[in-house]
Order: sequence, then structure tokens, then C-alpha cells
Amino acid sequence: METLATLFSNVDWYEIWVATGDTLIMLGISLAFTVLLGLPLGVLMFLTSPRQLLENKPVYATIGLIVNMLRALPFIILLIVMMPLTEIITGTSLGILGTLPPLIAGATPFFARLVETALREVDRGIIEATQAMGASTRQIIVKALLPEARPGILAAITVTAIALVSFTAMAGAVGAGGLGDLAIRYGYQRFQNDVMFVTVVLLLVLVQILQTVGDRLVAHFSHR
Amino acid sequence: MIEFQNVHKTYRVADREIPALHPTSLRVENGQVFGLIGHSGAGKSTMLRLINRLEAPSGGKILVDDVDVTALDADGLRAFRRQVGMIFQHFNLLASKTVADNVAMPLTLAGDMSRAQIDQRVAELLARVGLSDHARKYPAQLSGGQKQRVGIARALATKPKILLCDEATSALDPQTTASVLQLLAEINRELKLTIVLITHEMDVIRRVCDQVAVMDAGVIVEQGAVADVFLHPKHPTTRRFVQEDEQVDENDINSDFAHVQGRIVRLTFQGEATYAPLLGTVARETGVDYSILAGRIDRIKDTPYGQLTLAITGGDMDAAFARFTAADVHMEILR
Repeated sequence: METLATLFSNVDWYEIWVATGDTLIMLGISLAFTVLLGLPLGVLMFLTSPRQLLENKPVYATIGLIVNMLRALPFIILLIVMMPLTEIITGTSLGILGTLPPLIAGATPFFARLVETALREVDRGIIEATQAMGASTRQIIVKALLPEARPGILAAITVTAIALVSFTAMAGAVGAGGLGDLAIRYGYQRFQNDVMFVTVVLLLVLVQILQTVGDRLVAHFSHR
Repeated sequence: MIEFQNVHKTYRVADREIPALHPTSLRVENGQVFGLIGHSGAGKSTMLRLINRLEAPSGGKILVDDVDVTALDADGLRAFRRQVGMIFQHFNLLASKTVADNVAMPLTLAGDMSRAQIDQRVAELLARVGLSDHARKYPAQLSGGQKQRVGIARALATKPKILLCDEATSALDPQTTASVLQLLAEINRELKLTIVLITHEMDVIRRVCDQVAVMDAGVIVEQGAVADVFLHPKHPTTRRFVQEDEQVDENDINSDFAHVQGRIVRLTFQGEATYAPLLGTVARETGVDYSILAGRIDRIKDTPYGQLTLAITGGDMDAAFARFTAADVHMEILR
């Protein structure tokens, strides 16, 4: 035990505990909002795309442009560029609250594109058959498209959650708190490799858990 | 009754107008099994989808029981579509739902039945198509024929008056095709359902249809009772379809049978005449000899028919021909 204590002499386990909690909170809230906003956005992109139910070139092109712009911006830049807007929304650009708007703004376009792709995987024949049954557009989306695309959407949520873990770590650079913040302040700036090691292992464990749970859910809802 | 009045359809692809269906008029009587046959791109798929307006016509009127389908608003169209069932080549079942939930789908979408009523209706439908034991399975666990039976049960859920079949057996093996066609014929008979089917196989038309229309390049080139069109095809496209099914190439008769002595005739029997001992009787009485070069005895839906290609030599040939004609047999002299 003594060797272990010397090996991790710089590690303040309480601080690690708090940082892990902060990361999980940032991840949970930002993922919830990303799904809430990105799912309808992805559905809208799919429906307005060429040869789909609500084909609309101007709407599709406009959303596509905004989505691509946000995706083209490196997240670290987005964090900084968004600061004034973040302060208006949450009253601060620091801490957990201050990182939520950029996290959501960064992940939503990414997730929406994945949702659009998942919907595109649904056989056109399914839409036609549902139409032939006398379904309204809303019913086609809710009763046919979304259930059929569910495995794809769950996979998209998994990928997005993992991307958000890396985003939260980056947000540490601008004072967000969480594991990334610890890694940067202690591990990088003070050369405390033990702290760096512990945070990286925890992030790795978190990503592994997310991927495993996501894969299980996808398998559970796939009936192919 | 389904009635097409001067209906046409043009697709616009990159500023070019591509006609899929030239102005066409057509009537399908209630209770009929009506077949549309044609190669891919002939316009039969467009024609089928015009009936429940999955495709909107570029012009003309489509009446179903005197209701103008082309004039329906969105609500009217949805209500109308519930009276028209549809099955598909690739079944188009929802992979995420069980067999029972797939069949229940048109009923839950309509939203006018209780859960208990829906469950009861689904049980009835699955019993009708012989899949009661598979209610809790997912489509991926079924064979092609079983999937199409689920498709049929689903199409019948809302008790439609019309069933549209889009190449319903083209993805199935011959044996499964036969059983699915038998089920369709049964449904037509017992539920007095009007069926419109499209296919590229003459055999499908022969087994279940009452009337057939042959399509080529967006035009109906030949139409009539299946027996007439099948046994006496006039248009080249129809002839090609019939020959594909019959395995006898009329054009080759003169080259293949060039060395055969005597006259070559084709006799077509229909109904009870198929089973009459005509050939032997005529040969005995007129002294002709005959050899059978090609032939087939089968059924067109419920009517037996026979078609024989004969080489006739010796005896009183004219008397023999007269006897054939008098016996209500259709005779063509090929050489």
C-alpha cells in the first residue's frame, strides 16, 4: 500500500471523485439536450432532403449549411467564440453551467447528421407501405421511421456521448471543471504524471462503459 | 369498379419530361382479378400506384366506385387508402415489430378500434393466412413465403375492397409462389375482393387472373379475358410473354420442323373439349396420320385447356381440318 501511495503521491482522491462527478453531470445534461434538439433536427433534415416526404431545397440547404459550419469549427474554438452568447444564456461562461451551451452547440449538429443518416438507412418501401395504409406524415415518422431507425439512432447516441466526453475534457481548458480540467491543470501544467494517468484511465473506463451499454442497447433493439 | 379515364403520367427528371404512362383508359370490374403484365419500365408499377395515389397522375381521372381519387383532399385520401390494401415484392414489413404488430399496424393507424378488438382481428387474420403460431416472431425469423403471408394479412386488416399486388411473388421460389397465388385466389373468392396485380410472369396471370392487360412502353397493347389473350396472343409483346411461359418459340417452328413431313397445325382446346378423345376419332375416320410436335395441357385459372402442335400426313386432310373446326377447337395452320 505504501508503494501505491508514493506512486500516486500527487493524487487527491477527493478531488478526483468531485471531478468525475462533474464530468458525468456535464455529459448527462449536455447529452440529454443534444438528443432533445438533435433528434427533431435530424428528422427535419431527412424529411426535407431530396425525394423525401417534405422535400424542400431552401430549408434543407439552410439547415445543412448551419450544421456544417458548426461541425467545421474545432470545439476548442467554439468554446471561446461562444463565450458572450454563453454568458447571455446561463449568466456565466465558467464552470459546469458555462460549458453546457458550447457542448450542446457542438454536439447537436453532429448528432443530427447521424440521425439523418440512420433514417436514410430505413428502406423506402417501409415509408411507401405505411403511406398505403393511410398514415399521415406524423404517423409515418412516429410509427414507422423512428422505430425502424431505432438501432441506428441508439448507435448515434453512443457515438455522440463518447464525442461529448472528449468535448468535456477540452472544456477543462477554459475552467469547466471535470476530469479534463484536472488533467490539464495538474497533469500538464504541473507535470504531475500520476494525476494525468489517473484521469486518462477514468476517461477510458467511462468511454468503454458508454460503448458497451450502447452496443447492448443496439443489439437488443435490432431484429434483423 | 376501378376506372381509368385518359390517365397519363409524366416524370420530370432534370428538366426532361419522361412519359411513364401514355393516356390510358381501363375498367376493372368489382370482384375481378385483374393482371397487368409488362417488362420493367413498361409503366405497370406506375399504373398500380395511381390507383391508391402513391403516384399522382399528370392528367385524367381515376374513379374507384365512382369516387374521383384524383380529387380527394389529404384526409379523404387517407380514409380512401384504408379501403385499398397493398402488398409488395419485398414485403416491406417493419423489422422492429412482431408479426402481430405488423398486421395490427393499419388498425392502430386508423385509431378507431380498441386494443381488444385489434387483438381479435389480428388473430383472425393470422389464422386466415396460416401463421397463428408465428404471432410473436419478428419478420427476420420468417421465410419469404411467410413474410408475404404477413403482408397479405396486414393488407386485409382494414377489410379493404381492393387489393393491389406489386410483383407479390417475384421474390419467391416457384413452390412458394404457387401457394401465395392460391391464397390470393382464395381471398378473391371468399371475400369478393377486387385484386389488381402486376407481374412480369405470364404464369402468374394464367394461374389467378380473370382479365389481363399487356403493357409496353407506357401503353396497354392488348387486353381481354386471360384465356383469349393467352391462347391467341396478337401483339408481339404478348406473344413474347406467352412463349416465355410456354417454352415453344413459334418463330422457330419452320426451322426446327423443316424436315417434318406434311402440314403443321396448332389446335387449341378449352374447357371440356380438352378431355374429349378427338384426335384418335378424327384420325380413324379420315385416315390421316399425326405426330405431336409440341404440346401442353394445363389450366387457366379454373378452366382446363390444351394446345397441341401437330404434323399431319396422308388421308383426307381437308375432312380432318373440317372435323377439328366443327368440334369447337381453334385451329391454326402453321405450314
